[in-house]
Amino acid sequence: MSALPATMGAPRPAALEALAALWRRPHTCACLLVVAAYALVAVLGWLHLLPDAEAAVGGAQDPPAWHLATLLGTDLLGRSVLWRVLAGAQTAVTIGLATTALAVPLGTALGLAAGYFGGWVDAVVDWVYSVVVSVPDILLITAISYAMGKGLASMCVAIAATSWVGIMRLVRGEVLKHKGSDYVLAARSVGASAGRLMFSEILPNVVHVTIVTATLVLLAAVKGEVILTYLGLGIQEGASWGLLIAGAAQDLTNDIWGPLAGTVTAMFLLIYALSAIGDALRDVLDPRVG
Amino acid sequence: MGAYVVRRVLQAIPTVFGVALLTFLLFNAFGPDPVRTALGNHATVEAMANLRHQWGLDKPLPLQFVDFLRQIVTFDYGTSFVTGDDLGTQLKAGALVSLSVTLPPFLFGGIVNVAIALFIARHRDGLVDKAARGLFIAAMSISALVYVLALQYLLAFKLDWFPINGYEGGWSAVRYLALPWLIQLLLLMGPDIRLYRALFLADMNADWVRTARAKGASEGRVLLRHVLPNAWIPIITQNVTTIPFLILGSFLMERFFSIPGIGNLTIDALSRGDLPILKAVTVLGALALVAFNLLNDLLYAVADPRVRLS
Repeated sequence: MSALPATMGAPRPAALEALAALWRRPHTCACLLVVAAYALVAVLGWLHLLPDAEAAVGGAQDPPAWHLATLLGTDLLGRSVLWRVLAGAQTAVTIGLATTALAVPLGTALGLAAGYFGGWVDAVVDWVYSVVVSVPDILLITAISYAMGKGLASMCVAIAATSWVGIMRLVRGEVLKHKGSDYVLAARSVGASAGRLMFSEILPNVVHVTIVTATLVLLAAVKGEVILTYLGLGIQEGASWGLLIAGAAQDLTNDIWGPLAGTVTAMFLLIYALSAIGDALRDVLDPRVG
Repeated sequence: MGAYVVRRVLQAIPTVFGVALLTFLLFNAFGPDPVRTALGNHATVEAMANLRHQWGLDKPLPLQFVDFLRQIVTFDYGTSFVTGDDLGTQLKAGALVSLSVTLPPFLFGGIVNVAIALFIARHRDGLVDKAARGLFIAAMSISALVYVLALQYLLAFKLDWFPINGYEGGWSAVRYLALPWLIQLLLLMGPDIRLYRALFLADMNADWVRTARAKGASEGRVLLRHVLPNAWIPIITQNVTTIPFLILGSFLMERFFSIPGIGNLTIDALSRGDLPILKAVTVLGALALVAFNLLNDLLYAVADPRVRLS
């Protein structure tokens, strides 16, 4: 007798399956380590364990030197550029997580509700959706930063406001596909409530869509911070990659490369790693690809 | 067709109403007081009341909203709070400048990128394709702001090929626009070529492509005569929906190179609390997006006989 086909065993949850598949790719593993390193920097920053980015470590605009704090030189106030780049990483991770934490649950919940209930719920969600997608992103972001005042919080809300719509649309479509399937009908026939059907039955089967788009939202937030901060709509004080790059224009004319080189490298690694993980997640989670 | 257009326009009315409501709430109900922004912290109560009356901000909010709706319907957005200029003239001038910044790289880039994507599709999975894929992924991981900064430094500051920033009307604008054009061309390449390559390759194993190959068509002929004509539809879709964003202008380019387009106008209005400009740009941007989405659907039906409008 041959062994039972592998499919006969209890299926592992799709998320675990996906994680295992990711571990088998060395390139994706490296990218996961890079993202983990940024997460570590952010956690250290939140716990105030990073070196103080506001403290002077040398003279004004010292050139780079073989010492950790002055590896990328110092800025006009004598502060370590490297510490400021790290603090900027902390800001970027904060913005990325906050934006994702706002956009993903909102988009998922509205998508579930619109797809599951249909009728007037769907009509209302669709109206809100059509209003939000009709306003060009940059104008919606401008309007929200006017209403809430400029700063980190309003930027997170603004980027989230432009990105929940995509998630909502995708989740709604997936829910419509699953709503009539046998496993949902079976659960309904034993008396499962609407909430249970949506969150315990349908959600686990559509969550892969959410995970893939979550990485896109993270990316949009990290990239968006730099542009919006430069335009004067984003971070106003403290350390951020946007402020560092915006200041670098002046530095370049004085042949100072440290802040630009440091920030570009730090941003490149994070964005590259995140997009590679996003692509890999899509490969392993989305049945339509590969 | 006519009935379809009428129905789509009617469907757009609740959307535009929602946009107006959202815009009004964000700027008039939740935003900071523009009178305070204009007069500062030491203004007298009387001066503030006067200005508030002059700007029509002393009316109850529902009445202000009705005024705003009337402005949207009549396309008359009144005058700027700060300069007192007529907004229609100001926005028209700004839109033309924005278009002159974004339209040339959009058109030229479209042609060049389709050509490059065809070339890459011709050599798919070969060295060119792999190198291009790696290069684009790496290039797209760098912030757009860095390209703007680095190219301005290198080409304008160091090599002195272009003016560093600024703008003049008429033909002399070309001198100032050349560098922003070049930068936008480069920024468009990565995303565009990746999209077009994917579109071309999606059809590569279709039955009708295999038939063409079986009849002895060369790889180049297959791409140009069989794959490309079909891919035009998604390419048009991609590009028509981008047009409203061209009118809006590239906020980043205009800000960086001090070009007086819609983007610069909006950001200046934001710091001055010039609500009429902000509200007009937001609503007009949304109207343009709605209109071009409709146009896009109509073009789709014209280009693809399988699409029935109903």
